[in-house]
Amino acid sequence: MAVKDYIREKFFPHIWCPGCGHGIIMGGLIRAIETLQKEKNDIVIVSGIGCSSRICGYLDFHTLHTIHGRALAFATGVKLSRPELTVIAPMGDGDAFAIGGNHLIHAARRNIDITAIIMNNNIYGMTGGQYSPSTGYGEFATTAPYSNIDHPFDFVNLAIGAGASFVARTTTYHVTSMIKIIEKAIMHHGFSVVEIMSQCPTYFGRKNKFASAVEMLKYYRDHTTPIGSKDKKNNPDLIERGIFIEKEMPEYCDEYDKIIKMASKGE
Amino acid sequence: MKDNVVFVQGNEAIVEAALYAGLNFFAGYPITPSTEIAELLSLRLPQKGGKFIQMEDELSSMCAIIGASLTGKKSMTATSGPGFSLKQEAIGFAVMTETPSVIVNVQRGGPSTGLPTSGSQGDVMQAKWGTHGEHAIITMTASNNQDAFAVTVDAFNLSETFRTPVILLFDEVVAHTRERLVIPKPDEIKVIQRLKTSVKEGTDYHPYLPREDGRLPMSDFGGVHRYNVTGLAHDMWGFPTTDSTTVYNLMHHLVDKIQGHTKEIARTKEYYLDDAECLLISYGSSARTALHVTEDRRLRGEKIGLLELQTLWPFPAEEVKKKCLNASCVIVVEMNMGQILHEVKKAIDDPEKVFLANQINGSFIKPSDVLNIIRIIQGRGA
Amino acid sequence: MTKKKKMKPNIKREWCKGCGICVEFCPEDALIMDEMEKAVLAYPDKCTGCMLCELRCPDLAIELV
Repeated sequence: MAVKDYIREKFFPHIWCPGCGHGIIMGGLIRAIETLQKEKNDIVIVSGIGCSSRICGYLDFHTLHTIHGRALAFATGVKLSRPELTVIAPMGDGDAFAIGGNHLIHAARRNIDITAIIMNNNIYGMTGGQYSPSTGYGEFATTAPYSNIDHPFDFVNLAIGAGASFVARTTTYHVTSMIKIIEKAIMHHGFSVVEIMSQCPTYFGRKNKFASAVEMLKYYRDHTTPIGSKDKKNNPDLIERGIFIEKEMPEYCDEYDKIIKMASKGE
Repeated sequence: MKDNVVFVQGNEAIVEAALYAGLNFFAGYPITPSTEIAELLSLRLPQKGGKFIQMEDELSSMCAIIGASLTGKKSMTATSGPGFSLKQEAIGFAVMTETPSVIVNVQRGGPSTGLPTSGSQGDVMQAKWGTHGEHAIITMTASNNQDAFAVTVDAFNLSETFRTPVILLFDEVVAHTRERLVIPKPDEIKVIQRLKTSVKEGTDYHPYLPREDGRLPMSDFGGVHRYNVTGLAHDMWGFPTTDSTTVYNLMHHLVDKIQGHTKEIARTKEYYLDDAECLLISYGSSARTALHVTEDRRLRGEKIGLLELQTLWPFPAEEVKKKCLNASCVIVVEMNMGQILHEVKKAIDDPEKVFLANQINGSFIKPSDVLNIIRIIQGRGA
Repeated sequence: MTKKKKMKPNIKREWCKGCGICVEFCPEDALIMDEMEKAVLAYPDKCTGCMLCELRCPDLAIELV
């Protein structure tokens, strides 16, 4: 099958701005699913609110466009009631780590087999460019006109700390490895978090002196490095990308099946 | 004693009824005075292959049951006061997406943390208007365990029939009162299963296109029809739209499917209404007091009767109007400052004959609270 | 991903929003932006079919055929 077999073509061109990284992530997700040869009827996409969430309308799977921050809570209901389905939750940085931060750390703690894809553009795009939990200290946003005094979360370390059994980071520049990472995250039997740095030229870029989407991709190219690289030792400011954690842990739905077995014996 | 006769508290009756109605998925968060529902379901649901999950908060519990419901499972959550406030946004999502779901709110004193272990009926209006935006919702209540069982089964049936969240608005007194419950035999109360689409794979399925009878057959997530579910205003395929005609029709559908079936949804109980000159209207635990007063005064020859409401929303205005017609006075008995009182006044032509007998301090309404009002009305002073 | 070499990008003009990512990062400089701010394959002979333009296109407007 081709990419066009996985999308709802009648809604294209999509609503995202020219150069928006979210389209690249959507393409990457589709190609990962295509490679894995997953049946379309077995896939449920659950999104929250914001630019990222609009991915639901474009993908020809079971799609659930929910409320701000709660994608993982809905996804938990879907997954636990039908564990055989592949459940993927694409979310924005605000969705995943501001309003919905609690759900992410608890989904990680449970190790429920859901793939969380954080489309991290460091800004609230849909509402016009306010600072998010990943907007850097000293960066600008429409609600940080003098500069942002909040310190950003390190999503990868936060997810690891919360107990996620698969944690990775990649960027929209590094598309081929992005696709491989998404494949691995989907195949991982447990909760997986993939942070994908995604450019928002319209708001983050404009507020922070990036002339274009191209400039932002160059930034990802030049300011990131594979985990544990030599470059990182020489330049500690480089952001590492790759798979940080990939470990086997008891998965929540499997564990619940054991509870069912125990309970039905007891009856 | 037969083994289908049990001595339980209201929360346990609700659990028995939910299981009877086919509950398959429960998500919740501990809160007094509803916690026993979660505790008991964590034990009982896995015994029948169902799923229980204690979520990280009230919001996610509501979200999780919507997710589960979309895969075809009968789903419920239970909470009290503050937790009910927290669930409201997701309840609105269930309204907008027409996802069957049952929400138990065992009311306690409010606002805020209020009186966690005391009874109240302060959430009547919140049940109707708690979530933002114009909408309609079904809300039911009961005054004893046997009725709590019946309305809980009803709640699941109505939720599936009308594709809507249904709120079970119990109160602390009913939830924690231990009394006899006869568990009906299987098939004694009709259990309605989800209406599934007959549209075959490969044929265009419209999740939001009502049939002629107004019902919308569903297709489970994971089934052969892939469609979109969104809290945005949407078209018959479930895709977002701002088209004014489509949005107008959607809004009307959401409200009309419930308001237009008020008669079908309404459940009431009547006691001594035929010749009643003084009519009590009550619901939930307050109706127990109202019934006691009614029976007590009847013994003394007074023409008093009780109309017990089990459906609060949509408010059965026509029926209330009819029953009030021949009464010279109407007394609404409730544990709030008149939330149903105002609905009764709106429903009838002579609202000046409607009075309130209430309690808002956390204690159960006593017969004397009602009798005092009767005396005042009769000009005998308090 | 499994496509054979020597396929060339086909650009759906009505989906292309003209961000220029494909042009900038084409390893062979085979693409240019035209006067309408749409990407075009100006030098098909240079194209090696590496697919990077397709994979990086935010608009899903490029398909190698």
